[in-house]
Amino acid sequence: MSSTLGHPTQIPAKLDPHWKSILECAAIEVFGMMANAELTPLAEPPDQPQGEQTAMVGLAGALCGMITIRCKKDVAVKLATAMLGEDAKFNPSMVGDALGELCNMVAGNFKSKITSLADHCMLSVPTVIWGEDYVMQMVQPNSGFQFALVCENLPIWFSLMIHE
Amino acid sequence: MSKLRVLIVDDSSVMRKIVERSLRQAGLDIGEVLEASNGAEALAEVGKGKFDLILSDINMPAMDGLEFLRGLAGVESAKGVPVVMITTEGSEARVVEALSVGAKGYIRKPFTPEQVKERVAPLLGGGQ
Repeated sequence: MSSTLGHPTQIPAKLDPHWKSILECAAIEVFGMMANAELTPLAEPPDQPQGEQTAMVGLAGALCGMITIRCKKDVAVKLATAMLGEDAKFNPSMVGDALGELCNMVAGNFKSKITSLADHCMLSVPTVIWGEDYVMQMVQPNSGFQFALVCENLPIWFSLMIHE
Repeated sequence: MSKLRVLIVDDSSVMRKIVERSLRQAGLDIGEVLEASNGAEALAEVGKGKFDLILSDINMPAMDGLEFLRGLAGVESAKGVPVVMITTEGSEARVVEALSVGAKGYIRKPFTPEQVKERVAPLLGGGQ
């Protein structure tokens, strides 16, 4: 789930403009391979992320922050069913766990694609939020980005927020 | 030939299910599948009976996959049983360490059932 920190005194990384496309690529790979879901870029995403289910994985070490995935419940159920079978349709806990595991794999895949992070960044266990009425706030100074990919005409939101 | 008895070791119950589904979807002749959520639980299962294949995560609480591998070395019933590590590790060093202490291969997440078969089948007897 996480990796050891090779250099605990390393200076935390700053946001790199290339990371957005790397995270997109990591997400497309993970969703395609683990949930048989083809993700494509969303031409005109809504202004704000929407969806009742959010999964998040914390990053620590060379990169301090968080990667999140947010989507509608229907999308989360479809993904969980593809990963775990029909039982997931009737088990909200399995749906949450599946989205959390996807988030964990996206985060792991993302950091493994960046040489400077691979060995020096740890991942937290995934956390899942049910509900839409919340605001996520990170300690200043921070930066990040978000984007949406579409799966069967429904958006899935991804974000990376880092503490600089 | 009898079906394969498999032990899956991962602290994530979702990942344990995914690995089992992947083994079955890959067309491997899977029989009984037992699960453990860390290395200590896995060692206890190995002490109770013989497995044909063990798949284990590397990073787990209580006892990680590397400690588990070292522990397996002293277990008679584990002799000759292939252990394949499943990991999100970006660190080559951890994978290399796992291979040096007894793992026969590794699978990096994300993976497809075909990739699981590709890594696992050559380690099994009986033309799997």
